[in-house]
Amino acid sequence: MRAPARVAWAAGAVAAVLPLAACGSGAGVPGGSVLSSSWGDPQNPLEPANTNEVQGGKVLDMIFRGLKRYDPRTGKAENMLAEKIETTDARTYTITVKPGWRFSNGEPVTARSFVDAWNYGASLKNHQKNAYFFGYIEGYDKVHPAEGRQTADTLSGLTVTGPRTFTVRLSQPFSSFPDTLGYVAFAPLPRMFFTDHKAWLDKPVGNGPYRIESYTKGAQMYLRKWDAYPGPDKARNDGVTLLVYTDSTTAYTDVLAGNLDLADDIPATQLKNVRKDLDGRYINSPAGILQTLAFPFWDKAWNTEGARKVRIGLSMAIDRETITRTLFRGTRTPATDWTSPVLGKAGGYQPGLCGRACTYRPAEAKRLIQEGGGLPGGQVRITYNADSGSHKEWVDAVCNSINNALGDDHACVGSPVGTFADFRNRIAQHRVTGPFRAGWQMDYPLIQNFLQPLYYTDASSNDGTWSNATFDRLVDQANATRDRATAIRLFQQAERVVRDEMAAIPLWYQNGSAGYSDRLHDVALNPFSVPVYDEIRVG
Amino acid sequence: MGRYVARRLLQMIPVFIGTTLLIFLMVYALPGDPVRGLFGDKATTPSVIRALRHEYGLDKPVLVQYWDFMKGIVLHFDFGKQIASGRPVTEILGEAFPVTLRLASLAFVIEAVIGIVLGVVAGLRAGKAADTVILFFTLLLISVPVFVLGYILQTVFAINLGWLEPSVTDPTDFNQLLLPAIVLASASLAYVARLSRTSVAENLRADYMRTAIAKGLPRRRVVGVHLLRNSLIPVVTFLGTDLGALMGGAIVTEGIFNIHGVGGTIADSITRREGTTLVGLVTILVLVYLVCSLIVDLLYAVLDPRIRYA
Repeated sequence: MRAPARVAWAAGAVAAVLPLAACGSGAGVPGGSVLSSSWGDPQNPLEPANTNEVQGGKVLDMIFRGLKRYDPRTGKAENMLAEKIETTDARTYTITVKPGWRFSNGEPVTARSFVDAWNYGASLKNHQKNAYFFGYIEGYDKVHPAEGRQTADTLSGLTVTGPRTFTVRLSQPFSSFPDTLGYVAFAPLPRMFFTDHKAWLDKPVGNGPYRIESYTKGAQMYLRKWDAYPGPDKARNDGVTLLVYTDSTTAYTDVLAGNLDLADDIPATQLKNVRKDLDGRYINSPAGILQTLAFPFWDKAWNTEGARKVRIGLSMAIDRETITRTLFRGTRTPATDWTSPVLGKAGGYQPGLCGRACTYRPAEAKRLIQEGGGLPGGQVRITYNADSGSHKEWVDAVCNSINNALGDDHACVGSPVGTFADFRNRIAQHRVTGPFRAGWQMDYPLIQNFLQPLYYTDASSNDGTWSNATFDRLVDQANATRDRATAIRLFQQAERVVRDEMAAIPLWYQNGSAGYSDRLHDVALNPFSVPVYDEIRVG
Repeated sequence: MGRYVARRLLQMIPVFIGTTLLIFLMVYALPGDPVRGLFGDKATTPSVIRALRHEYGLDKPVLVQYWDFMKGIVLHFDFGKQIASGRPVTEILGEAFPVTLRLASLAFVIEAVIGIVLGVVAGLRAGKAADTVILFFTLLLISVPVFVLGYILQTVFAINLGWLEPSVTDPTDFNQLLLPAIVLASASLAYVARLSRTSVAENLRADYMRTAIAKGLPRRRVVGVHLLRNSLIPVVTFLGTDLGALMGGAIVTEGIFNIHGVGGTIADSITRREGTTLVGLVTILVLVYLVCSLIVDLLYAVLDPRIRYA
């Protein structure tokens, strides 16, 4: 028979493909008191000035310590590497770095480690995503011009004055500047970052309580406790394995099955069972995230005195209490100001600042909207991106609430946009005609961070292009005030302007959630909704 | 035979160019800007966006972008860089494809072996109880959506019974891949079973079967060689194209079992509107489809001696 020969030939062709399927590397789970935790693939290379989302931030928080650190419980900025930060005019700061700090490769942390890192982060040619954080420093407009080529490589406001001291000159007074220095973009970098950038990216080296032992991009990272870490917050476990999960439901299932120790995002669909499933090993604590509805102020119809009443009326037509209780099952809290509870009252959080405008008053809502000339175009369309989160559910609930209050089934409809990339694009190009979903996750726990980037004229995240001279003046005054309590009072005054104009409707404060296995103790989330890994005990 | 293969290989070139161009244009036509999507809800300075757009060549006309992209692939095997991470696309392909190939080949083996066995059993006993049971079982597999089946099997076998791992932590471990492979194979398995059942049941009445039995050949040989080989042609056609579907279409299964394979990477690239990553991934899938269909065509000649390629 001739057939077998031909069969062999075809089998050979198939066999040629199969060996491909057998290659690839396996990674064993390390022993000791090492915990595993869910992770998402970072959206950026893990450079401090290039990381603007939680997943990359999680790693940087473990391997870096900056001049300041935000207390995981209170959110208060406390000196970490900074020995002292001095100023007489809230504009020029002299910073002294504590002695004895090292990177995990042995290199000492000096003033230069900071200045080089900040210059790198600000320079346009490195196109770092957090570059605008250096915008307060003098000379930023030269290294990062809005148009054209950069005319300088380093910030003229930064001067190294000694091995452990450097000065920072800002382009205008900014009294809370020292408190912003806990943000990851201000982390120091070792020389290796500049001399062997590729090797650094493959295995970042920092000065925090953990060292990266191995990193398989897109799959997992193993961080080991750094025994020689000189700081006060040494890790209380031997290490952390971060495993990439593409679906938070799977991570949750793995925690239930004992396959994973810590999942830090409980999927909405599991919220009703979580307390029973995990027997109390569930955390639901406030995070510095505020969800709002922003308005298109570039559109004349939304930018009139009448429209102001309409905006307040819409805010009153939303039954926040019911939506957070039934839809989010207590993982969000109705917002009554434009900041976040994580700031604490001393930090500027003032519950009830919004007052009547943020309570559900359907009759008054209807009256205000009528007084204001009715809804622009006869209908509000709330624009949101449909590809992530449970945006559709809450937008529909908000619209329902508005429709009920106004007694009109067509007063409000959701307007989904397919992808996040397109959603952002439409806002940037001013192609949105009604209120749109806006979320703000704080960069640092300061009231300034909840107001200035969002409502100051032409500020970086002022997506609705709202502009108000009184607000701007109050923010400038607050920034120039050296007394912390006075500054916070001025910011709150500015916040009242936001309220009176209803520049954006505050919806709810978002909590961070996590579930963990019975091997772990002392699990907590910090105000950025990231687990405080160094405090976790295993076993 | 050799000339036929050479001709088919040459035909792949225009198909390859056509598909990549189509995909490239389709991604370009999608609304949204991949660079702006990088910044989350935070804004950034327009100069950073401009600089990034320039670095990834997004400020050029689409055909120039396509030309640069193809030049990179053909001359340096360079698929460009992923916009989200700044990593070379070849690196991402090198991570995702071995995982997917392992999962897909395991699913393929399950699908082919179990599917054909069920099909032959049902076909030989057409109309009897065994046939009805198998038809009902395959109907069930076809009608239950993948994600339902995935979560059910995961809950029952991994969490309640603890026999298998609920998710894949080590994609080189075939024990962990078994459950997702079963889920992935389930629907296709049903089609394979039904195709082979019909074909076997039909060929049982063919003349050459009667001849084989009349020759006095043992039943094993009649069924195993004469019946099976002739009945497999539609099945092989299905299996050949299905291999590509198993590789690219495993998005749901990959998500449920946390497998970092091609499906999920494709879905991510689409939502982030990343043309280069997407075209890189799909290009390889296109090649897989082309090679599979060539192998299928060659297998026809093996299975049915009446088919010749001159």
